[in-house]
Amino acid sequence: MTPSVVPPSAPSVVLSAEGDAAERDATARDSTASGVEDSESEDSQAGANTPAQKSTLTVAGTKKLFSPERLEWVPGWGQAVGAAGYVFRPSTLEALQGVVDLAEEKDVPLTLRGAGCSYGDAAFGPEGVVVDLSRLKRILSWDPDTGVLEAEPGVTIRDIWRYTLGDGWWPAVVPGTMFPTLGGCLAMNVHGKNNWARGTVGDHCLDLDLMLPSGSVQTLSRQQSPELFHAAIGSFGQLGLMTRIRWQLKKVNSGLVEVEAVPAKNLVEMLTLLDEAKDRYEYCVGWIDAFKGGRGLGRGQLHFARYLQEGEDSDPQQTLRLEAQDLPETFLGIVPKSILWRLMKPTLNRLGMRLTNAAKYASAATLDRGSIYRQSLAGYQFLLDYVPGWKKAYLPGGLIQFQSFVPREAAEGVFRGQLELCRLRRMPSFLAVLKRHRADPFLLTHAVDGFSLALDFPVTSRNRPRLWALVREMAELAVAAGGRFYPAKDAAIPSDLYRQSFAGGELERFAEIKDRLDPHCRLTSALTQRLLPDGFLEKATS
Amino acid sequence: MATEFHHALVIGASSGIGEALARRLAAGGALVALVARREAELNRIATEINELCGEKRAFPFVHDVLDREAVPALFEEVPRTLGGLDLVVYASGVMHPVGFEEYDTGKDIHALEVNLLGAMAWLNPAAQRFNRLGGGTIVGIGSVAGDRGRSGNPAYNTAKGALGIYLEALRNRIHRRGARVVTIKPGFVETPMTHGMKGLFWLITADRAAEIILQKARRGTGTAYVPARWRLVSWVIRAIPSWLFRRLKV
Repeated sequence: MTPSVVPPSAPSVVLSAEGDAAERDATARDSTASGVEDSESEDSQAGANTPAQKSTLTVAGTKKLFSPERLEWVPGWGQAVGAAGYVFRPSTLEALQGVVDLAEEKDVPLTLRGAGCSYGDAAFGPEGVVVDLSRLKRILSWDPDTGVLEAEPGVTIRDIWRYTLGDGWWPAVVPGTMFPTLGGCLAMNVHGKNNWARGTVGDHCLDLDLMLPSGSVQTLSRQQSPELFHAAIGSFGQLGLMTRIRWQLKKVNSGLVEVEAVPAKNLVEMLTLLDEAKDRYEYCVGWIDAFKGGRGLGRGQLHFARYLQEGEDSDPQQTLRLEAQDLPETFLGIVPKSILWRLMKPTLNRLGMRLTNAAKYASAATLDRGSIYRQSLAGYQFLLDYVPGWKKAYLPGGLIQFQSFVPREAAEGVFRGQLELCRLRRMPSFLAVLKRHRADPFLLTHAVDGFSLALDFPVTSRNRPRLWALVREMAELAVAAGGRFYPAKDAAIPSDLYRQSFAGGELERFAEIKDRLDPHCRLTSALTQRLLPDGFLEKATS
Repeated sequence: MATEFHHALVIGASSGIGEALARRLAAGGALVALVARREAELNRIATEINELCGEKRAFPFVHDVLDREAVPALFEEVPRTLGGLDLVVYASGVMHPVGFEEYDTGKDIHALEVNLLGAMAWLNPAAQRFNRLGGGTIVGIGSVAGDRGRSGNPAYNTAKGALGIYLEALRNRIHRRGARVVTIKPGFVETPMTHGMKGLFWLITADRAAEIILQKARRGTGTAYVPARWRLVSWVIRAIPSWLFRRLKV
């Protein structure tokens, strides 16, 4: 066993989104408060911290990296995968530095975590030390003239837009939920419904401070160190900890977007309409009824949206107010949203979802056909937040998402193959989403000039092995066509296929950079161990 | 919902039911920490398992269950070695033959230490961990012999009976957040413990017992007799009034 000591820097309490977690941590703190007295003597043995750091550290936590009070179940967002981990939630940079230094000293690997919104295993490491950065959430500066925001990594997308919208600025790129942290979004380099128009979250990062496992901090930008900048963003937290981020937001004239809903009879029509619309609209996203086979395979509905021009919104001051952005609290005006996931649960089976998808398509093809309406920015963007806690309806097994990114010409064949495979294996996706993407300069990017199809699957103890096998089959189709995958979503792609998806030696270059920045592989995660196992990162460079 | 086990800890894995469980778990793909006192036996079994599986799935830890103070540190080490922990089985047990005129307190205490106190020392931290994490399965090997105090084996009956009560209490303590506690009450199982004993019936192999036990553990059954027909036997035995029971030679 590794004897471990945490300097008094170790953070203590924990404000967590979940009440019970906070309570648990409060208890943890109580029980450990008495355990700090001998930390000083052990600390003096350690003696590696600089006096400057030490003076700012407060005694509040436990004295070990692996103290049982820190043990928590750390799940992936989809809840189909997760692991126990020793969780640290530093609230200051000094405390963070304390954990990083201690891990360096004790040679213990760390896994970085933001809001835990990655579907799969990106933000936990089995039985390891997890550094949750969600309490480092200060907005450091904001310029309402230029729309440049400087923030700590734990600031969430929600925090940001609620802060900036009053000045008429909206994040240029947001994912489908507002709860991820900015640091997490950059680490996974997420995209939104406007990936074609605006690229990824990383495309709007001006510069960032990266704390290396050695404890030193480097500032990265396109000008200063383009190679590292483009490698760190989208490195799923394997090169360093982003401690300060400067992000460029987008000026908007209104709190509304204008949305157009268009039905599509089959996959070809979906892809064609999406491709035609990509330059005319800011946001383009397609929903597919994955239960439909035969000639209607790939049928669905597209939503295109654009920002309003100046003057189109007669009262922008009103629509830019936060109250105008709040998602409704009830469904159909009467059903409280908080119980909606419970009502969803009985429908979360093949029959229920077949009917739901069919009904949605029927409505798209008739009532919604060609409808044009205005919707709040938040209401349009954060579709995943519309039903709070909806993932709970997938319990106890949870869900996974498989999303593959396929070059434009090959997309139809690959997606047709994937949708048919799902039907053939009798595991049709409950929710299928189509998007248009563009290539970007980030080293481990998932995006290609083409389309992506995201497929949600429920996980049960019975279907699990078959589902994982299905993911392999679908991934094989994507890889053969030059496709890519998305670590933010992934829980099940096999290592060999992930590696094959980087045909241009990107992974070898990544391994070489990793060796320079993190020679002892101190940053790790279940995702890294799965996708790049057997010391790939070490071997590639030796 | 049936649970598959991926990381298991078996205490008392160097022979009998514990060994059979470890072998079955590893064969099913799980990583298994084997805890036992006899180093040579333990290492032999671990090596056999690893050779059979073609990869390292058995991780031996030498430990005497009498050394209860060593448990917390060892228990912390196991999940980190395996990369997780979702099943803990306490299978250590001892049954001393008791002579007709024998009243050996030392032997009785030893029986309690191995069968009961060792279980408490291991299963307390296991329950604490599983309750904290909101999942995991604990299996304790009790015995049909724990259902009644018999003239032939007072300490063993006491220890297994008390273990059953302790496991029930543990189950009631931690079920709320999702952790499960399974009490297994085997009948006669062919193990070194029963080797050479007379009058055994319905004897099953340790491997068969392990198979049933894992089935029950996956389902999270509360108390399971192995095989199930012993439930009937136990019911009959427990139904016999005391005044009659003392006249019977069971």
